[in-house]
Amino acid sequence: MDPLKRVENELKKCVKCGACRAHCPAFATFGKEPAVARGKVALAQHLLKGDIELDDATYAAMSKCLLCGSCVEKCPNDVPTDEIVVVAREALSGQRGLTTFHAAVGRVIRNRSLMKFGAAAARILGPLFFRKVPETSGLRLRFPLPFLGGKRHIPSIAKKPFLDRHPEVIPGEPGKPRIVYFVGCMTNFCYPQVGEAALALFRHLGCTVIIPKNQQCCGLPGMSGGDLDTVRGLAEKNLAELERYEADYIMTACATCGGALHKFYPNLVGKRHPELAARLKAIAEKTVDAAQLLQKLGLNPEETGAGSDIRVTYHDPCHLRTRAITRQPRELLQGTPGVELAEMEGADKCCGLGGTFNVYHYESSLAINKMKSAAIINTGADAVVTGCPGCMMQLSDGLKQQRNRTRVLHTLEILARSIRP
Amino acid sequence: MLDNRIIDELKTIVGADNVATDRQDLICYGYDATQMEFLPDAVVHPGSPDEVSAVLKLANREQFPVYPRGAGSGFTGGALPKGGGIVLVVTRLNRILRIDTENLIAEVEPGVVTEQFQLEVEKLGLFYPPDPASLKFSTLGGNVAENAGGPRCVKYGVTRDFVMGLEVVLPSGEIIRTGGETYKGVVGYDLTRLLCGSEGTLGVITKIIFKLLPLPEAKKTMMTIFDSIDGAAKAVSTIIGNKIIPTTLEFMDHATLQCVEKRFNLGIPASGRAVLIIEVDGDRDLIEKQAARIQELIKPLGLVECKIAKDAAESEALWKVRRLVSPSLRDVNPDKFNEDIVVPRSKVPDVIRVIEKIQQKYAIPIVNFGHAGDGNIHVNIMIDKSVAGQEEKAHEAIAEVFQAALDLNGTMSGEHGVGLAKQPYIHLELKPAQVATMQAIKKALDPNNILNPGKMFPV
Repeated sequence: MDPLKRVENELKKCVKCGACRAHCPAFATFGKEPAVARGKVALAQHLLKGDIELDDATYAAMSKCLLCGSCVEKCPNDVPTDEIVVVAREALSGQRGLTTFHAAVGRVIRNRSLMKFGAAAARILGPLFFRKVPETSGLRLRFPLPFLGGKRHIPSIAKKPFLDRHPEVIPGEPGKPRIVYFVGCMTNFCYPQVGEAALALFRHLGCTVIIPKNQQCCGLPGMSGGDLDTVRGLAEKNLAELERYEADYIMTACATCGGALHKFYPNLVGKRHPELAARLKAIAEKTVDAAQLLQKLGLNPEETGAGSDIRVTYHDPCHLRTRAITRQPRELLQGTPGVELAEMEGADKCCGLGGTFNVYHYESSLAINKMKSAAIINTGADAVVTGCPGCMMQLSDGLKQQRNRTRVLHTLEILARSIRP
Repeated sequence: MLDNRIIDELKTIVGADNVATDRQDLICYGYDATQMEFLPDAVVHPGSPDEVSAVLKLANREQFPVYPRGAGSGFTGGALPKGGGIVLVVTRLNRILRIDTENLIAEVEPGVVTEQFQLEVEKLGLFYPPDPASLKFSTLGGNVAENAGGPRCVKYGVTRDFVMGLEVVLPSGEIIRTGGETYKGVVGYDLTRLLCGSEGTLGVITKIIFKLLPLPEAKKTMMTIFDSIDGAAKAVSTIIGNKIIPTTLEFMDHATLQCVEKRFNLGIPASGRAVLIIEVDGDRDLIEKQAARIQELIKPLGLVECKIAKDAAESEALWKVRRLVSPSLRDVNPDKFNEDIVVPRSKVPDVIRVIEKIQQKYAIPIVNFGHAGDGNIHVNIMIDKSVAGQEEKAHEAIAEVFQAALDLNGTMSGEHGVGLAKQPYIHLELKPAQVATMQAIKKALDPNNILNPGKMFPV
């Protein structure tokens, strides 16, 4: 159980008080103790002792975690269960090999050109295989992957990925910050409009925006399956790419990518590869979320007439919430002319995506998402706004499953309406 | 070990999905908040009182132990399967059956989480006051079985004071109702009070009828810092002596303050030797007057500082100090024994002084905080189990702490119960005739000793 040795001290911190039972979305749907943080910690402790096997039951228990970090935030003893689960998954995949699905995920995210090819193929061949649902029904593209039972709605793929649209360096005004933009795969291939909004906002503030051409996937989809070799490989490539520039900030507009650079690289990859630790830490310290940075740089939204009045509700992505970035996006939205913010119940609760959790536990993922959709619909908002393209995909899916037309937008898309071009 | 035939029968009763025998499941139902661990032979999740009844009948026939369990957040091992058999998890029984706003009562199943129930009744302007620290995850069934307390006890009482009636599956498998929906009732023995706090040894609770109160209009939180533990204790008796009963009177001793301050740097003055968090609730005008009167009363008692929250956010900030205690303690030592002695209110300083002496004698850090309003002190004996001899020393210190509480006319447990953890010390408090009476009751209800055996009384 070598990987688990690395978290031996963390495992000792858990006193099995049960506080995590109150906050775990997976436990809320499965209802049984192996699904909750202290159960998984207990299993990891027994794995380390060697008195249980890395068998199907252990695998099943460890797979029931969204890595949302809500147990970590509320744990009276600061037990980092999210990291423990990843390390346990690493141990499992080390012994049993990666599942076919996770092996495929690893292969795709390790190889940018393969991902690009896949995206292009999906866009071109999509209409042949996927049913196009009339816009009037509020549905869009259906993507009947076999393991999803044909129910899932996924976003369409952009004609031209965001990274192919702009030069690497977009100079700003002298004396203004130099920002390296870590774009992320979801924005690049599915939601390029988020990237466009980020670009518009930071250029509006006079910043120099650098979009490194060779940036890779952050690796979090691999982390979710315990494939830390893939994450390490990607972290090293991204490090080399991000270190090329003298940047004041490394900016992400994707909570997941931000979580990777800011938290998971130093904590998971760093502990495993001490020779990389200092470099990972340096990058982590420079990493900021777009909303955090916009507020810091003093974005002043104006009445532009670019959009009609809109009532929005804000969903906290787990990877922003766990970094305490909850106030900034709300304050920016509230300060934007024509935007009314209506809080939903459980805004801080996970949307149910949880990396690859939604692939293995689609029904539970849907159940979690259903509560989220209900909370969104209850606010009567025109749009649900969030800071993570992963959440955007999951929220869209959930709302469409409910045949609801509430729009799903990124915070930056709303903010970009209020700046003069 | 249960043979496969019994496992199959259990599956027939509750459904195959609700019986688990994988080692992983056994591990996950073998612990609670005590740090002890015992693996059952199976975990069973019944979905109705009839299923509970059928399981208990089977247990009687086949003579295997049954350990009822809610959230498994107990501090004394009350739900731990020491001795094999099955853990009977009641969390599937988790419906609030009705809230009767006319008669101010509610009927619930045992697996409802305490806070969830509180929020539901509060939506209707009603109030369920018992508030154990674990309220966000502990279940009402567990609260009743352990007779849980909490900070609001000083004004409102403990769980038992709100239980009007129960539906219980007796160890024989028979389902009975105790008490009822009326505030008065003197027909027969009061089985409801007997079952509250019986730690799952006399029956499995399957329904609870609770008494509710009107939700107080407002509350006011004050944090008062004193230059001595005596000042804080005197404040408690002075406030109550002047006929003000606050909702809560939470206290933290100097060792606790040092822990919190060291880790979180909250700006508690160095001259502060004890803190009292005082909360009053009720009519808006009344609580203003009470807060002012409290301030006036405690001023001469060595008051260093008094902060009064203006709104909910400020109140939350004051309570934060109390909530940070637990995470801070780990900095003292990695392992703790959390005991919950009670002494008459006025004896709090006396017992703290004795505990200080015990601490010096054994050279183990002891940190005290708790519910000063009802004299309930959480005595945290902080040790490092990896250091040879520390655990033994802790046990000796615990026995002395219990004796100190008893010498001052107190008790060795206010809200955690006996379970396994306090079993070795029960003879300090209960005389042989008391124990014999209790065991006679147990024997009458559970002749085969199948329900939560080995708990409460030394085997």
